[in-house]
Amino acid sequence: MNFILDYYNYWIVVFLMMTGFYIVISANNLVKKIVGLNVFQTSVFMLYISMGKVSGGTAPILVEGVTLYSNPLPHVLILTAIVVGVATTAVGLSLIVRIKRAYGTVEENEFKNQDDAI
Amino acid sequence: MLEQHLAVLPIILPLIAAPIVLILGRSILSWGFATFISGWACLVSWQLLTATLSGGVISYAVGGWPPPWGIEMRVDTANAFVLLAVSFISTLVLLFSKESIKKEIDESQHTLFYTAYLLCLAGLSGILITGDAFNLFVFLEISSLATYTLVSLARDRQCLTAAFRYLVMGTIGATFILIGVGMLYMKTGTLNMLDLAERIHAYDSSRTINTGLAFIMVGVGIKLALFPLHAWLPAAYTHAPSAVTAFLASTATKVAVYVMIRFIFTIFGAEHVFENMGMDLILMVLAVVAIFKCSYMAAVQSNVKTVLAYSSLAQIGYMILGVSLVSVTGLMASMIHIFNHALMKGALFMAVGAVFYRLGSVDIKAFRGLGKQMPLTMAAFTISGLSIIGVPLTVGFISKWYLVTAALEQNHWVIAALVLAGSLLAIVYIGRVIEAAYFQEPENGQANVKEVPWTMLLPMWVLVIANIYFGVDTSLTTEAAKNASEILFQNSTEISALVDSLHGPASQMINEANVLSVEVAQ
Amino acid sequence: MGEFIDLVLLAMLALTALRIIFLKDLFAVVMLFGIYSFLSALIFVNLDAVDVAFTEASVGAGISTVLMLGTLALTGRKEKENTHSSILPLLVVCITGAALIYGTLDMPPFGHPDNPVHEHVAPRYIEESPKEIGLPNMVTSVLASYRGFDTLGETVVVFAAAIGVLALLGTGRKEDDEAPESGLKSHHVLHVVAKIIIPLTILFALYVQFHGDFGPGGGFQAGVIAAAAFILYTLVFGLSKSMDVIGPKFLQFMASFGVLLYASVGLYSMYKGGQFLDYSKLAVDPVAGQHYGIIIIELGVGITVFAAMLSIFYAFSSQAERSNIQ
Repeated sequence: MNFILDYYNYWIVVFLMMTGFYIVISANNLVKKIVGLNVFQTSVFMLYISMGKVSGGTAPILVEGVTLYSNPLPHVLILTAIVVGVATTAVGLSLIVRIKRAYGTVEENEFKNQDDAI
Repeated sequence: MLEQHLAVLPIILPLIAAPIVLILGRSILSWGFATFISGWACLVSWQLLTATLSGGVISYAVGGWPPPWGIEMRVDTANAFVLLAVSFISTLVLLFSKESIKKEIDESQHTLFYTAYLLCLAGLSGILITGDAFNLFVFLEISSLATYTLVSLARDRQCLTAAFRYLVMGTIGATFILIGVGMLYMKTGTLNMLDLAERIHAYDSSRTINTGLAFIMVGVGIKLALFPLHAWLPAAYTHAPSAVTAFLASTATKVAVYVMIRFIFTIFGAEHVFENMGMDLILMVLAVVAIFKCSYMAAVQSNVKTVLAYSSLAQIGYMILGVSLVSVTGLMASMIHIFNHALMKGALFMAVGAVFYRLGSVDIKAFRGLGKQMPLTMAAFTISGLSIIGVPLTVGFISKWYLVTAALEQNHWVIAALVLAGSLLAIVYIGRVIEAAYFQEPENGQANVKEVPWTMLLPMWVLVIANIYFGVDTSLTTEAAKNASEILFQNSTEISALVDSLHGPASQMINEANVLSVEVAQ
Repeated sequence: MGEFIDLVLLAMLALTALRIIFLKDLFAVVMLFGIYSFLSALIFVNLDAVDVAFTEASVGAGISTVLMLGTLALTGRKEKENTHSSILPLLVVCITGAALIYGTLDMPPFGHPDNPVHEHVAPRYIEESPKEIGLPNMVTSVLASYRGFDTLGETVVVFAAAIGVLALLGTGRKEDDEAPESGLKSHHVLHVVAKIIIPLTILFALYVQFHGDFGPGGGFQAGVIAAAAFILYTLVFGLSKSMDVIGPKFLQFMASFGVLLYASVGLYSMYKGGQFLDYSKLAVDPVAGQHYGIIIIELGVGITVFAAMLSIFYAFSSQAERSNIQ
């Protein structure tokens, strides 16, 4: 029981990661692929933040009388990763808009036929 | 005053230049400034290589905070060598691109091209120089975003789907690397590469760390386009603008190979990765399959850029093969091939870009009769092509020589034979183009094609001459590659010594490890 | 109690993620993604990561959702039938998931204070940073000073994204007056409410920018909130009015300026004899130098993020205008 309490957090996060990953690789519509990519990345962030948490601690901002703080380093890493994620999303969505203009569709099976097979 | 900051200059020069180029706006100014910055970065990387060639290591603590609390830049022969290749190619391609992009990219986007190009250069330099695992991820994403932008600048609509596919696969790869680094961080509490190496080996064998290793390898494998994770590369190289392909083919995947080597040797330790986890066999098999399948695919394509793209995949196979041999000579062969391949492919893609500039097509039919009409370009293609095949007096021969020697050292006769067989396939795919150029008549309506402007010919021929020069006088490249390989193996041995010191008679082993680390630091 | 909240939120997340797989209406999918992002922000708060929660809510649930909706306006709401089989993706996902679960088996237990991550590097940040840097918010200390190079990289990533979107979608140049009037002309209530909310939002953004040293906040969040204010203005009053206020060319300049401001702090440190981005050299007292350095670089970050986000939004909405979608 203790084992489950120690690890349930990680397992559910792994489940979320895999859901996002599944959406990315199986979706036909490009916008849905990007949504899946974001779900995947957000779940990875949860993994990092889970490792920084200290039971009984509080947010890493200095406050009178508090001695136990959660770890600030994962927070810094994830702040960076979130911004990287949205940057990728923005570029990906712009590509989708251009693909729609050029091919008339954003469904992968439809425009794949129009491209040379390489 | 700048001397003490050498380690960080190759990153911050293009990083600061990129927004300046955006503000400058005018195409010719952007080009001139970008080329100047790239040239400066190349000079600095030359200084870094000469400083570290004899085994020295340069460590630079950004922000003044000592590692592991701050971010460390760490230059040794291994990354200085690759950095030189990257910045050298970058400068030449920038020269080439002045005319080349006029035919391939809309005028209004030229400034954005140079901005994205400088960002890509900054990102690649950052990946090479950094000594911090998370910092590597950040620079990886900078270079990747810039790359997706560069690929999508072409007029051909297929560049968009190629860029999108590259984006999705590349981001999955980067996220896998992030997961892997997270797992390592979870068990060690640090992100600095040397610190990680020390702390990982406090654990005998940890599931988390091994899973982290696996995820990092897969993520980097996507970035370096190792078979079977290579699906994004052929389309991206074929449909991107020629200057972009020339730059990327010579640099982006090679930097990823460097990352794999760095993680294997400096962080995890060769013994652990290869003996405990059997990665040498996996990598060897994948490499051989890559060499053969991709050389075969190269031989059947009609678009010459696609031929060269598949050829690049095969050459990456050779590099990974060298790594999988787990010997100083094998790793040396890989490192030297990283440098040599940049010279070869850079010249080849520039030659093809020149053909596109004049003819608007790179189908093999367009190459007919070009031997007479564009003699300098086709001569460049031929010499670089011979280099890929591995003809003596070219750099390609040097790489293949060391690879075969490394295989024979370990009595892998089959591997050595396979390497030579790969060259035979290269004869086929290079030979087709040469045959079309010299032995066939041009198609109707293709008369009077002139050579390309000198800004395109000059960088092409600098690379061709470098191909021959470094094939004849191999002292610089072999010395650098050998030192790099030795340092990497030394890192690995220190790690093994650390592991032993934790399990065996402590004091004597610790002394040995200390001696080794003192030697490296000098 | 904290664990219970955690569990409930995670369960809601799992349900949301599962629903996204099976929905064909992309508008609903994007909305569910917004919910997913917001729920994860709540989880971050529960896990003591307040800065991260702030950023995730504004960037993930805010900007990402807006951009996705903007894309959907141009590409259509419905997903068509998927013709390829899902066996291979399912297999890949199962193998990857199994590898991950295998990896979790000897992870340090969740929440224990003596886990490896809390030793060696982190204690210095927690114990020394209030003295070395003098800021209560340790995340800002680490982000802006100890790992300031990462943050410079992050700012450049935002800049690179803006470059990418500009290259792909154009600069959203000011159209001439023949362009169709956009904006929500007849919604007078919205006009009035927007006029009240927008200045308050900008004020809040400035507060977040400068208060990031003392509480959750900082350049990124501030830049995004300020951009959100202008996005609201664009939606209600129309793109051309918005471009009159801040034009695309000026935004490009602002984006470059932010990065250059950040980098020049580093260059000035080098000039003063320190390493790149060593703020202690910026003033006679090293702690004061740290404060100056952090304020200026956060400003650079905020400016670039604001300019980049707004440029990206302009690019998307001018595409929509060209397709005559109101």
